[in-house]
Amino acid sequence: MIDDDVGVAEEPVLREIETTGWEIKKRLSGDNIFKWMTFLFAFSVLAILLLMVVEMVEESLLSMDKFGWGFITGQDWDAVQESFGALPFIWGSVVTSILALLLATPLSVGTALFITEIVPKKAGGVVASLVELLAAIPSVIYGLWGVLVMAPWVQRSVGPFLIDHLGFLPFFKGPAYGVGILAAVFILMIMVVPIITSITKEVILAVPQSQREAAIALGATRWEMLRIAVLPYGKSGILGAVILGLGRAIGETMAVTMVIGNTPQIFTSLLAPGYTMPSVIANEFAEASSNLHSAALMEIGLILLVVTLIINSLARLLIWSVTRGERGGNVI
Amino acid sequence: MTVLAWRKGKSAGMTLLMALFTLAVLIPLVLIFIHIIKMGFSSINLDFFLQIPKPTGETGGGMANGLAGSAILITLASLLGIPVGIFGAIYLTEYGGGRFSDLIRFCADVLSGIPSIITGMVAYTLLVVPLKGFSALAGAFALSLIMIPIVLRTTEEQLKLVPGTLREASLALGIPLWRTTLKVTLRSALTGVITGILLSIARVAGETAPLLFTALGNQFWSRKLTEPIAAMPLQIFSFAISPYDDWHRLAWAGALVLVTIMFGLSLAARYFGRSRQSGN
Amino acid sequence: MNAKVQLENLNVHFGKNHAVKNATMDFSANSVTAIIGPSGCGKSTVLRSLNRMHDLTPGSKVSGRVSLDGMDIYDRGIDPVAIRRRVGMVFQKPNPFPAMSIHDNVIAGYKLNGRVNRAEADEIVESSLKRVALWDEVKDRLRANAMELSGGQQQRLCIARTIAVKPEVILMDEPASALDPLSTLKIEELIEELKEKYTIIIVTHNMQQAARVSDITAFFYLGELIESGETKKIFTNPEKRQTEDYITGRFG
Repeated sequence: MIDDDVGVAEEPVLREIETTGWEIKKRLSGDNIFKWMTFLFAFSVLAILLLMVVEMVEESLLSMDKFGWGFITGQDWDAVQESFGALPFIWGSVVTSILALLLATPLSVGTALFITEIVPKKAGGVVASLVELLAAIPSVIYGLWGVLVMAPWVQRSVGPFLIDHLGFLPFFKGPAYGVGILAAVFILMIMVVPIITSITKEVILAVPQSQREAAIALGATRWEMLRIAVLPYGKSGILGAVILGLGRAIGETMAVTMVIGNTPQIFTSLLAPGYTMPSVIANEFAEASSNLHSAALMEIGLILLVVTLIINSLARLLIWSVTRGERGGNVI
Repeated sequence: MTVLAWRKGKSAGMTLLMALFTLAVLIPLVLIFIHIIKMGFSSINLDFFLQIPKPTGETGGGMANGLAGSAILITLASLLGIPVGIFGAIYLTEYGGGRFSDLIRFCADVLSGIPSIITGMVAYTLLVVPLKGFSALAGAFALSLIMIPIVLRTTEEQLKLVPGTLREASLALGIPLWRTTLKVTLRSALTGVITGILLSIARVAGETAPLLFTALGNQFWSRKLTEPIAAMPLQIFSFAISPYDDWHRLAWAGALVLVTIMFGLSLAARYFGRSRQSGN
Repeated sequence: MNAKVQLENLNVHFGKNHAVKNATMDFSANSVTAIIGPSGCGKSTVLRSLNRMHDLTPGSKVSGRVSLDGMDIYDRGIDPVAIRRRVGMVFQKPNPFPAMSIHDNVIAGYKLNGRVNRAEADEIVESSLKRVALWDEVKDRLRANAMELSGGQQQRLCIARTIAVKPEVILMDEPASALDPLSTLKIEELIEELKEKYTIIIVTHNMQQAARVSDITAFFYLGELIESGETKKIFTNPEKRQTEDYITGRFG
């Protein structure tokens, strides 16, 4: 019942019909409209994801039909002959990412341990913020620095050094171009460290204090305590962090494109130029010369999408299983 | 040396190693910043903000069109990304619970992990092909797809922090749920939500890959939203990989400006959130 | 059918938990009814059924009949929002809106629904605050933030907010349990005054309080209404053994 003697300016929401004087009927209320509107927006997230997958598959069909599974093993990438094979790019993505992770993981875990276990909280917080700063730098700026500063340095210093001392190995055969796999690995390593570090930090913080105390009570040194109590406990979480880093590395586009040398080949030397999946898409997609070319690039994108989805899901599972109950799953 | 001394030494050695690793991690950060500031600072002048790039060979010029283009793209992207993120989050916290909400949350997480170049490819398929051309609209759409999961998750987190007693107080007064949600719950979470939005804007400001085949980039000013448009990250990219020193110079300047804007936004977001919280 | 509010076979389920079982009782107009019982006996659940707050709890199921002036409030055509304008609620922990001034808090029931005429609003604020004996204490600082008030003042503010929308029934869920004894006393005095105009139903775990303020007392145990009747009788000569055990403190 609206109280009329109050004289309030509006009662816009309630729509009332008085029948016997006491019934109040509900009509198309604001609540219903609002509920449906918010539902649609929430649902659109699912719709977008599905749409993305569907579009990627649909646009790749031309290429999938033509090359079949041979696309993954084919080494040709010839727009003129219309012969496309993705192996050089898959090879490039896999090699650069794995090498970057091999280098980044000890650095990240060491840093995470250092800032959580060794230095006082405040200093650790400052370093953690700085590491987060690294994560915030856009990929294109890493690329800028990479192509104008780091790659020349690799060409001038690191390359010749490796060739002189390790040139007998096939991995370090010259010449040193500067841009190439090594530069890409360095850049990826720098870009992936912040992610692994921050998640590892959370994982380490989630290790119960009782574990540490048990080791110390047995007379362990600090390193032994970390090795026996902390690291094994956080093992799967750290593994999850590394795998997440792998996912990021594989999907990394701009920085890699700017330093990798853009040569589709199955390289063995780290000093040689190469190509990754995102890089070839970035370079060629806007000007793809034919429908088949576009479809082939789309198919590479599809492979990239599937690989990233699998890797990220695996990573999340591992991380969730360790930090569940402590922090919840939203550390990423 | 006794065993104990050896073990202690090893522990100290490992500590030193970890310190060195931390240093190794921080060194690139310092190097990159030094370079950006050193190389970019000298090229910052009024021209940079007012002029478009000069043709190759000519000195001078600026990235005015890129600045304007980025601003336009971000504004357009926000028009789609912010409402979808906020209202989607409202559904999850106020009406949801249960399988469907978990599914949506999962989808948002998955979306945020997809490489942004794929987002660009999808936007290309959906907007560039049918409209028969690269456009600011397509670029903004791609960026909004990146914004949505971020805004959704941060808004959801903030809404969850609002105590249930506040909602109850409003509902018990006979305020309908939708007004309660907007005027009480969302109002209460507003500073946190804005922080999340600012952070998502800072993030998309630096995105390049999704714009490569949507907005495409433009040497000149764009007149229509259905034309290709310049953006800061795109310009930095093309200048950096060009062989011209002058354009390299501009790229560094652009990097300095971009980084300054992004960090400015992030800092503003964090201090905005923190100061309001302590005031309450 | 003189009762203002009636329960007929009220059952409330939360999933598999049968929280309230077949409660049937009347609440007379302009009276104070106290619902007492040990923790977990369902008293808050019963209270919240009276203003359809359970609508917002997923998995809850309310069956039976709850009548307001003879009309079933759970009828399909009824808008719960309209019910809550007529049946107000005061909560255990005072919950003024933290971002609003004292003035705006009192008028919140109108303001959140749309714009308010300034003069009318000021009038409502003054009369509501006077009714809860808070006016003199805050009249000079109506624009101050509501959180600056003490706990007892905040609770009286919440009561003022509730009566500002002119309900007919006021539900109170342990309104004084978070307050100091002096504030509690003030609240109890207030309840005594409010019953002239409103029908008050109060849940309390404090038996002495129930004895002091209420006309009727209902005793619940494990979801069932064990006994209800005149307060004097319940506390001096209860009919059921369980009631007696509870009153005399044999269980908690």
